[in-house]
Amino acid sequence: MRNPLSDKVVGIQPSGIRKFFDIVSEMKDAISLGVGEPDFDTPWKIREEGIYTLEKGRTYYTSNSGLKDLRVEICSFLKRRYGLIYDADEETFVTVGGSEAIDLAFRAMLNPGDEVIIPQPSYVSYLPCAVLADGVPVIINLKEENEFRLTGEELLSAITPKTKILVLPFPNNPTGAVMTKENLQEIADICIDKDIFVVSDEIYSELTYGGKHCSIASIPGMKERTIVINGFSKSHAMTGWRLGYACGPNNIIKQMVKIHQFAIMCAPTNSQYAAVEGLRNCDADVENMRTEYDRRRKFMLTKLRGMGLKCFEPFGAFYIFPNIAKFGLTSEEFAMRFLEEHKVAVVPGTAFGDSGEGFLRMSYASSLNNLKTAMERLEIFIKSLN
Amino acid sequence: MRETILAILEKNSKINVADLAAMLGEPEAAVANEIAEMEKEHIICGYHTLINWDKTSEEKVTALIEVKVTPQRGNGFDAIAERIYNYSEVNAVYLMSGGFDLTVMIDGKTLKEVALFVANKLAPLESVLSTSTHFVLKKYKDHGTILDVLQNDERMSVTP
Repeated sequence: MRNPLSDKVVGIQPSGIRKFFDIVSEMKDAISLGVGEPDFDTPWKIREEGIYTLEKGRTYYTSNSGLKDLRVEICSFLKRRYGLIYDADEETFVTVGGSEAIDLAFRAMLNPGDEVIIPQPSYVSYLPCAVLADGVPVIINLKEENEFRLTGEELLSAITPKTKILVLPFPNNPTGAVMTKENLQEIADICIDKDIFVVSDEIYSELTYGGKHCSIASIPGMKERTIVINGFSKSHAMTGWRLGYACGPNNIIKQMVKIHQFAIMCAPTNSQYAAVEGLRNCDADVENMRTEYDRRRKFMLTKLRGMGLKCFEPFGAFYIFPNIAKFGLTSEEFAMRFLEEHKVAVVPGTAFGDSGEGFLRMSYASSLNNLKTAMERLEIFIKSLN
Repeated sequence: MRETILAILEKNSKINVADLAAMLGEPEAAVANEIAEMEKEHIICGYHTLINWDKTSEEKVTALIEVKVTPQRGNGFDAIAERIYNYSEVNAVYLMSGGFDLTVMIDGKTLKEVALFVANKLAPLESVLSTSTHFVLKKYKDHGTILDVLQNDERMSVTP
């Protein structure tokens, strides 16, 4: 028989997080700070709307770009929260989670050999999606001393004549880093000057602490060269509903919708109706979750620093990224021993790129009791290492 | 800081000061001090435990009584409210807007005990015009907490 497989697909490394998941899921009584999704249930208003929609028999396809009501609500949300102005018909469409939008953006924009700049540590799907779209990933290793922000200098050093897309993953998973308006202005100036497009993954935009999220698309001259990707998974605790969206210039969105139309048809109808309710009536629920995360964030920061770990203050998402390099173990060794000896799961920073070496991702999307127990065990563990 | 402390304590009065201080990013002493102040000012009036008595062998009935009263010149409803809330059987008294004046919550061991309290103590009070007693049959949710549901974390243990 001939080799049934695509060399391109076979050549892609499976996610490093998978191996860890297999081990943790064998351990029934482990506390996991390894979860990349909210621990809150979807607000009841949204779930109720989902139920109501099913009762009404709204079980058909929607248009390829998604329910008009939802697109209108998305645009009004982006305007009231971030000052972004998008047309609901021409510049906005609904996807199956933010992850589909990432994939589509690359596929719609890249020609073979085009370079995609990916700052790391970052979410695991940018690199394989870029490769699958025949792009060439160029990694920027973000630095702890810059609080894992992307600097203009770093960006300039990665740009070549072949650079087409910069991926901007902020607020960042796994570091919790955010970009301020000033940081973004510096990046925007370079993108405009070098004629580079930006795929801005803003899925954690509602989870920022101590300052409102700023989207690079709100900077003059950037809207026409930016695809903004967002969704409901993190802000509205709707991961399982699989619902995201992309906004951007019509010429790019049109091509993204074309792929979406043939590959997916439309995002789940039930989820779309539920999300309309989420954007219309759930600002207070989102605020309550953010407040709760913020308390846990401060708790974790205080505890980690209190036990002598170097840890920059994260201002976004629900992750904290302590530095454990001083113990002389790799991130993976540290995480593995911590799991085996103390039954707490954290994710090695290296699952998000080589520059995550020396760090751990701890998710504080977990109850305070869990966080507290995990921190007590961590303190015992690191004492045993000294 | 006060409102945040109160918001956290209201949901979990068992939290210790060290954890509370960590959550606020404030020094422990400052938080302890603030709590002491609020206790002194009677902003914090007590620390209670939310119990689902239905799961115990304890016999307990709760009644909600709608009470209409005649307010008194100069005192409004306060004087009559005081005469009612001083009974140890009375768990809560609220002044209401709408069709009646006071909500009185009463805890007792049996329906009869509660009914007799209403008949012998509450209804005969001079200012009380009428009472209407409603017994609680089941508590589903109290103080923002669903009583009979154990929350399980059904998420996958590690996800990107």
